[in-house]
Amino acid sequence: MELIINGETQVCEAATLAELLHVLEYEGDWLATAVNGDLVHREDRAGHRLDDGDRIEILSPMQGG
Amino acid sequence: MLSLYDAELSSRLLLGTARYPSPAVLAEAVNRSGAEIVTVSLRRETAGGKMGGAFFELIRQLAVHVLPNTAGCHSASEAILTAKMAREVFGTDWIKLEVIGHHDSLQPDVFELVEAARILCAEGFCVFPYTTDDLVVGEKLVSVGCQVLMPWCSPIGSAAGPRNPSALAAMRSAFPDIPLIVDAGIGRPSHAATVMEFGYDAVLLNTAVAVAGDPPAMAEAFGKAIEAGRLAYLSGMLEPRDMAVPSTPVVGKGVFA
Repeated sequence: MELIINGETQVCEAATLAELLHVLEYEGDWLATAVNGDLVHREDRAGHRLDDGDRIEILSPMQGG
Repeated sequence: MLSLYDAELSSRLLLGTARYPSPAVLAEAVNRSGAEIVTVSLRRETAGGKMGGAFFELIRQLAVHVLPNTAGCHSASEAILTAKMAREVFGTDWIKLEVIGHHDSLQPDVFELVEAARILCAEGFCVFPYTTDDLVVGEKLVSVGCQVLMPWCSPIGSAAGPRNPSALAAMRSAFPDIPLIVDAGIGRPSHAATVMEFGYDAVLLNTAVAVAGDPPAMAEAFGKAIEAGRLAYLSGMLEPRDMAVPSTPVVGKGVFA
């Protein structure tokens, strides 16, 4: 299925958000995730099933002012 | 001491973490400034979280309060989601709320700002709103639950200093019990000292330190300027006047002619 991950369309077969992070090799407990504009808490990622066309944001800490 | 929500602080300088030449220089600047609060952001990254992880570890080691921001957001909904994601990552209810409304000046969209602040305060966030020096907007932000106001003194990154001193002074008079932090536009330590002399409670800045020739030394300079401005405000300053006033007593002077 096609997912829009951080603004880029990618083909990926991950069933859940947690699986997607694993497939994309994201690691660490400092990531925040949202699907279709809604926050998905860290503990809910394993149970959050993905659908074709979902918009996924994966953010992490960066320098800012 | 400065009270901001649940924190008691000795330093009245809040430092941004962007644009430093290296993480080591950032860390040294924070240490030399005495700042106890640093602002950070959230961004997309492609390195599997590794870049963010390294930065996060650096911030943790600084052992300061983290104030995440919603920099770059242009709507209430965008800022609210970013705030929630920041709470997830940083484990803090604090949020520097930025909702930008104008492309060139980066002036806040105060309508979206108030709406975002209303929702975030209701959800338990401690909102630090980046706003203009407009009294009515300030009143709205306080009425929806903000316990701190952060007016600009000139556009972000402009280094122009306080462009409208009378408006900043009016804000101080209108909100005697609300901590006021000048956020954005500070270019020099003298600017920071000036707004502290107006009675502001603290200063938030980034670029003026980060892009200085010697960022740690400049950070220290800002820390001292802010302390000087605060002490001057508390000490009671001489009001300017048009005519000369002799500082040496006239009585008892020698007569030589």
